[in-house]
Amino acid sequence: MGLNIFFISGQNLRRSLAVLAVAGLAGCGAPPAGNGINDPFEPTNRSIHAFNKGVDRALLSPASKGYGVVPEPVKRAVANMADTLDLPGDIANNLLQLRLVKAAENTLRLATNLTFGLGGTIDMASELGLPEHPTDFGETLHVWGVGEGPYVELPLAGPSTVRDTVGTVVDVALNPVRLALPEKEAMAATVLKVFSRLGDRERFSDTVDSLLYESADSYAQARLLYLQNRRFELGQGGGTAATTSDDGFIDPYADPATDTEAAAAPVDDGFIDPYEDPYAE
Amino acid sequence: MPSDMILNRRVFATGLVAAAALASLPRPAQALTADAAKALVDRTVATVNSIINSGKSEAAMLKEFEKLFVTYADVPTIARSVLGTAARSASKGQLAAYTKAFQGYISRKYGRRFREFEGGKIDVAEARAVKSYFEVISTARLKGEAPFEVRWHVSDKSGRDLFFNIIIEGVNMLASERTEMGALLDQRGGDLDRLIADLKTL
Repeated sequence: MGLNIFFISGQNLRRSLAVLAVAGLAGCGAPPAGNGINDPFEPTNRSIHAFNKGVDRALLSPASKGYGVVPEPVKRAVANMADTLDLPGDIANNLLQLRLVKAAENTLRLATNLTFGLGGTIDMASELGLPEHPTDFGETLHVWGVGEGPYVELPLAGPSTVRDTVGTVVDVALNPVRLALPEKEAMAATVLKVFSRLGDRERFSDTVDSLLYESADSYAQARLLYLQNRRFELGQGGGTAATTSDDGFIDPYADPATDTEAAAAPVDDGFIDPYEDPYAE
Repeated sequence: MPSDMILNRRVFATGLVAAAALASLPRPAQALTADAAKALVDRTVATVNSIINSGKSEAAMLKEFEKLFVTYADVPTIARSVLGTAARSASKGQLAAYTKAFQGYISRKYGRRFREFEGGKIDVAEARAVKSYFEVISTARLKGEAPFEVRWHVSDKSGRDLFFNIIIEGVNMLASERTEMGALLDQRGGDLDRLIADLKTL
């Protein structure tokens, strides 16, 4: 969530995303076992990354700094309202995923925050020990068995995969709040969302700045970060507390002779063995 | 026949006793245990907290963080793993210089970020053996943030119980640093000596 540093807006973008989605979903196939990076569009992705960085430097980052002067309670309220407005979509996706407990929890969150949380400005539900379970149609597709497909970096929206791009398009197009509200109110909801994203950019500015402007290859770092974190969220690769596979293990103590092999083979579910090389000499 | 039966039974009983005795013997050379791995992370977290709350200057804190890395992390192994294939063609001297430069670089890079833990805490929940290492699962609770998961990979292959990787919400420190170091090396045309010199200033 916090890693999604750019925001989506605009009809044109939505249309072009839809085209990309239809073109790409066919290529998704079954969920990959892996941890590898599938990036056949790297040259295009890299130029979009450069564009996104330019937008961040010229607009997003300064705007978020401007938004930073807004008092903290107001920013909190905006972020909470934006999260609350996401809940109907989350619940719809929970139902499509047949995750009925989460659907019930999110419904309870929605009810709690709309009433005791003063129309969603206070995240009362979290205070009461009902933590958020944000989800999206990309996750629904994952649950349905759609593989993540190639990595893509989207203009303004940032890192994604073909599957998650389709998910974003569906989430934006079929957002229950947008469909239910009159045009003006729907617009207000979008504006709220934009400010919430600005707030995220500001809150995580150290992280985002170090990623975008201090790493040697910000494209590769953003790609790695997105894929690892996304797989973690979806409970593949990164693993949840429930999984017992050796997620993320890289063996740095392994033998150098096998090192090349290990590098070529898909990484052992995120496990990096730093010992695969060092003591072998 | 009956005597055979008795003998068999006696042998069987003796075997049972022997097995029981064996099981109760202290396990030899089981150096690293889940408890020890958890204890290492507990000590690391406690040290992080004491550094953050020490009220020292940033420069002093970064020095403390470097000491912390050297004490609790397997820095030479991490450094070498992060360098990847380039480590194999490096000379002993280059590798030593690189490891030293890396130690400072990684301490500064992550030490600066540890400030974000100010006022927060990390609860160490559980440790379990996975293949050749132990995984310690902890939860970081920072001010104004939803709690997030931090996993520590601990091994004793260096001869001491040390952690060699940290995974935050699926994001893998070794993998991330490998990508970074590979890019840094590429930018310098694969020149390890230049990389070593520049790491000291990064």
